[in-house]
Amino acid sequence: MTEFPRPAEGTWTEHYPELGTGPVAFEDSVAPEFFELERDAIFRRAWLNVGRVDDLPRPGTWFTKDLVAARTSLLVVRDMDGDVRAFHNVCRHRGNKLVWVDDPRQDSSGGARQFACKYHGWRYGLDGVCTYVHQRDEFFGLDQLHLALAPVHCEVWAGFIFVNLEPEPRQTLREFLGPLVGTLEEFPFHLMTERYSFRAENASNWKVFIDAFQEYYHVPPLHTAQLGPVHRNPEATFEGAHYQLDGPHRVVSTSGSLKHRWPAEALYPSEALLRSGNTGPWDAPELGAPLAGVNPGGVERWGIDNFQVFPNLEILVYERGWYLSYRFWPTSHRTHVFEADLWFVPATTARERLAREYAAITVKEYALQDAGTLDGTQLGLESRAFAEFPLNDQEILVRHFHKSVGDWVREYRSVGTAGAPA
Amino acid sequence: MTASLLPPEFADLEPFAASWCLPSEPERWARRLTSTMAEMQAFYDACFPRAEDAIRYCDAFPLHELPEEAARLLDLLSSLALVSYPVEVWRQPLPIDTGAARIDRIAEPRP
Repeated sequence: MTEFPRPAEGTWTEHYPELGTGPVAFEDSVAPEFFELERDAIFRRAWLNVGRVDDLPRPGTWFTKDLVAARTSLLVVRDMDGDVRAFHNVCRHRGNKLVWVDDPRQDSSGGARQFACKYHGWRYGLDGVCTYVHQRDEFFGLDQLHLALAPVHCEVWAGFIFVNLEPEPRQTLREFLGPLVGTLEEFPFHLMTERYSFRAENASNWKVFIDAFQEYYHVPPLHTAQLGPVHRNPEATFEGAHYQLDGPHRVVSTSGSLKHRWPAEALYPSEALLRSGNTGPWDAPELGAPLAGVNPGGVERWGIDNFQVFPNLEILVYERGWYLSYRFWPTSHRTHVFEADLWFVPATTARERLAREYAAITVKEYALQDAGTLDGTQLGLESRAFAEFPLNDQEILVRHFHKSVGDWVREYRSVGTAGAPA
Repeated sequence: MTASLLPPEFADLEPFAASWCLPSEPERWARRLTSTMAEMQAFYDACFPRAEDAIRYCDAFPLHELPEEAARLLDLLSSLALVSYPVEVWRQPLPIDTGAARIDRIAEPRP
């Protein structure tokens, strides 16, 4: 007996026969050599989201983004024409990391008319072209070199800034995102400019962490407290309302917990007081139009879409008119940096501020449970006690993600052995 | 007697103001981790019944033009929201099963 209609095949997984239904190996999450392959096969070939246009509010604003997995640092800047550009954050002269503040291993941001290298004082415009060489006359044949920063392909979709480190990307950003993620473009991201940001360094493989954010099967047992003070049943079941795959990307839609419809006695006192909680503030902002770009499966009583944009971006859009984005940046085969941003229409009253604050607090409380538990998952997987693991129909996105990662790595290796440049 | 931090209508919460009128989540989080459950329970028990009135008090002003005393009252309410998790949900300062994990809030709106 299912709560939501399923495809004709009877299960979501069998609706996508290429996935199979057999047990899955997670060697891709524990083997150092697999991470070395991912660095080139995925992080130097896929479009990667490195920020939002909100990070670059005016011409001359910039931020740096260390991409450890891709072995580079980027300098992302809004030029004087208002266009967003990305460069390798490396001086043309002797390869010094160009822009940093106090510590070259920390990301930074700011505003500038030009960039000057700390080492020998070479300067660059916002378009990356070198504008000043200190003691130019001492050099040899400098005029024969193109003196500019190394550009990186950079495109903006729905306000999300993406880069691609391939010399010539095989797909445009929109081709890469495909029609499923493309439907989200209509969502009013531009109205949601008030941000709460979190950062964590987690002791697990990046995919192990993503896996916990693309299935809700774990919610009743691990996050039993989320169900409220009275309905603490760890054997409660969960069923996604709609699953859909498109290329390497995937989505799950749910009806959310819709706590604003629950009786007060089933809520924590602070949820009732602040009218907010794990699905965000209960009172939606005035957006002037129904939410667009959501609910690709046409779910009744729709509450949340969880878009998993390959390889490492998650966008969660909520029926109450706000969104969350997560990014997961591997730093080794068993560590990653986790970035979370909650985005709201700006609060205008203290009551709205507190509802948003409580939502931001709540995200951290439960993400800490995930982070602690997934440290344990990493340790368990590394024991190699089991070679393969069973996945149920509610874990279809986990199955699809690891298959997609494997496909990208396999395709990269086959191209590599055919003699194409690595 | 030092000058009061909160509006006079909320003088009953003044004993908690020095500890909990903290303007950022990292400061509030650090206070939570260095407080005992008894301290957080006492703050919660005193502040929660006054919270609705305190929200109404703050909402008499535009959010971005809060007088200093009202801004501190709002900070106190943000601390209440934060300690509600140890008090209402976890019965301990940290979420259950957190292990060595930590998550830092690195940007937030103000106020």
